[in-house]
Amino acid sequence: MSAAASSRAQGAVALVSGVLFGAGLALAGMTRPEKVIGFLSFSRAWDPSLIFVMASAIVVHATAWRLIKGRASPLLGGRFMVPTRRDLDARLLVGAAIFGVGWGLGGFCPGPGIASLVTSAPSVMLFVVAMLAGSYAAARAEPVIERALARGRGDAPPR
Amino acid sequence: MNISADWIRALEGGALIGVSASLMLGFNGRVMGISGIVGGLLKPVAGDIAWRVLFVAGLLLGGLIAMAVSPGAFSSGAAPLGVVLLAGLLVGFGTRVGNGCTSGHGVCGISRLSPRSAAATVTFIGAGALTVLVTGGATR
Repeated sequence: MSAAASSRAQGAVALVSGVLFGAGLALAGMTRPEKVIGFLSFSRAWDPSLIFVMASAIVVHATAWRLIKGRASPLLGGRFMVPTRRDLDARLLVGAAIFGVGWGLGGFCPGPGIASLVTSAPSVMLFVVAMLAGSYAAARAEPVIERALARGRGDAPPR
Repeated sequence: MNISADWIRALEGGALIGVSASLMLGFNGRVMGISGIVGGLLKPVAGDIAWRVLFVAGLLLGGLIAMAVSPGAFSSGAAPLGVVLLAGLLVGFGTRVGNGCTSGHGVCGISRLSPRSAAATVTFIGAGALTVLVTGGATR
């Protein structure tokens, strides 16, 4: 397959994958923040259904991964862009914790937030714009974040 | 709402998410992590843009289809706008620093038995639960 044809086919796969992802999130109830907060509220009327969402997605995807991982390259060519690091670091956990606080406050994670733009609700638009701003800010603040994490590790600050 | 019907929809929705992630990985060799896919658009690299835009377009199209079939599948939550603003900033910042969100770590990474993704998932669910505990789910 030519590079251009491969790129077009990858675009088509991305589009189809996006449609399934958006429909799946909505069907699963992830696009209702009160349901997500009900899942995160372990103390009282706990709504466990989001466990089923994750478990179901993982069973399907882990099965596919078993079939995929022996291949030298993806079906449409190129190479696999899959993270291979296995060590834990502060950056990962601090980032995840900050994300978790935002998730618990608003009830939206990134995918459902973007899919919910179709409701054209002002609060959803605000959420997505703020999310993009937060992501952009983190990218811009990269040197500051690295210095802070290095201080946390007790490393000498990089010059 | 009927609890068991809710659970069946959760399983079905999860399966669609799993198929979506598998198509991206099997055909394109990409992890279906939405924060990473969108993050790549904020710092665009030539030749690495179209598929990201198409994925987001598909995500919106999937949302439109879901809304047409079942308008009740969406709600915008009850959080005041100031809280929504803060939530968005933290979600965007945290997913960029921690290299992923519910889809990239929670679904894709755990499926590949990545210890990093498992630790990230435990951490963000824990932090989310703690936040709901502290706020009393006031934003529900």
